[in-house]
Amino acid sequence: MAETSILSTLGAVIRRDLLLALRRKSDVLTTLFFFVIVVSLFPLGIGPEMAMLRQIAPGVLWVAALLATMLSLPRLFAADHADGTLEQMALSAVPLGVLVTGKIVAHWLLSGLPLALLAPVLGLQFDLPADALGVMVLALLIGTPVLSLIGAVGAGLTLGVRGGGVLVSLLVLPLYVPVLIFGAGAVESHIGGLGATAHLSLLAAFLALAAFFGPWATTVALRIALE
Amino acid sequence: MLEASNLECVRGEKSLFRGVSFRLEAGTCLMVQGANGSGKTSLLRMLCGLSQPAAGEVRWNGAPIGKLAEDYRGELLYCGHAGAVKDELTALENARISATLAGAPVDEESARTALRQLGLKGREDLPARVLSAGQKRRVALTRLLLEKRKLWVLDEPLTALDRAAVTNLCGVIDAHLAGGGMVILTSHQELPLTGRVEHLRLD
Repeated sequence: MAETSILSTLGAVIRRDLLLALRRKSDVLTTLFFFVIVVSLFPLGIGPEMAMLRQIAPGVLWVAALLATMLSLPRLFAADHADGTLEQMALSAVPLGVLVTGKIVAHWLLSGLPLALLAPVLGLQFDLPADALGVMVLALLIGTPVLSLIGAVGAGLTLGVRGGGVLVSLLVLPLYVPVLIFGAGAVESHIGGLGATAHLSLLAAFLALAAFFGPWATTVALRIALE
Repeated sequence: MLEASNLECVRGEKSLFRGVSFRLEAGTCLMVQGANGSGKTSLLRMLCGLSQPAAGEVRWNGAPIGKLAEDYRGELLYCGHAGAVKDELTALENARISATLAGAPVDEESARTALRQLGLKGREDLPARVLSAGQKRRVALTRLLLEKRKLWVLDEPLTALDRAAVTNLCGVIDAHLAGGGMVILTSHQELPLTGRVEHLRLD
């Protein structure tokens, strides 16, 4: 199959998932509301202790982003599995890996990207300085695609399993830990004056690794789930 | 040419069928019959490569379908129980998107023509949510007209269709057979096909 048609199919899958999300807004909004509410509860609970808030901000934002992403994972393939679209994708003349990559990109556009864009607004509640907010957004932009890529593998493995929602958390959370450590670490070390480059580079390395193995592993998992 | 040799299907500890062999030439329709639970759907999924047979092999033009992978899938159209019709999308969007996902994008005009041909005139821009079961099935079947595939594997294509739609579908299948295509289908009703039909009973 020609490269152009693979790329145009990839684009078509992304557009399709965005269109479906647009027609069924509640799914996307649940994730975002969850993120906003969890992050906003911390300053309310802890009270106006600026030093303390500044210190916990990166960790809180990252943990909330992680949980919000996980909340959306069980829905990644469930609807397509239920109505038979996934079977059609597996039987397509286009390699399943391409279609899966499109779905993962769409998932990031609908969960990771809005979270990264919301983060600076929410970070203001924690009295984070502007440059630290910039690093936070950058870290989230590099880190959240990793969450979508790893999450897709988990969602594929637990597809059609009863109680898959719980299982996917158990599977995926340990793999999210390095992203959490280096993502929150980037902001902390920037505030500490050490510079965030080392942490961001490591995050980017995770992204490269996940982008290479994620779609492939998801494809294998989906083929097993369909059998 | 599609060839199946000595296929066996095992579900749990029970063997659903074993020793199923047939050979399907161009221009022929294979009608798979059997009681509920006799393994008709399992057989069709094996023929598509969605599941692996416990024993035996499926070959397309002499080569095992597992090896051919995308080359085989490019010749194949599978229409299962679940029609892959999205409730949120209109009939037209469903038709165009499923063709794109299959790797055979079509323009809006040919999608509209296909929908009209299956009796969905005036329903093209309605969301599938408001269509009846039979109309949804018709939307799913537009893929037959839009994707130019050699081998059609249809699992209970007549479900929920009215009499006019059945006649219509038989015409589409006959035209496909006359053009050198192949069809494998399961059905509990007799289809009034004029092409060459072979029967396979699973018991």
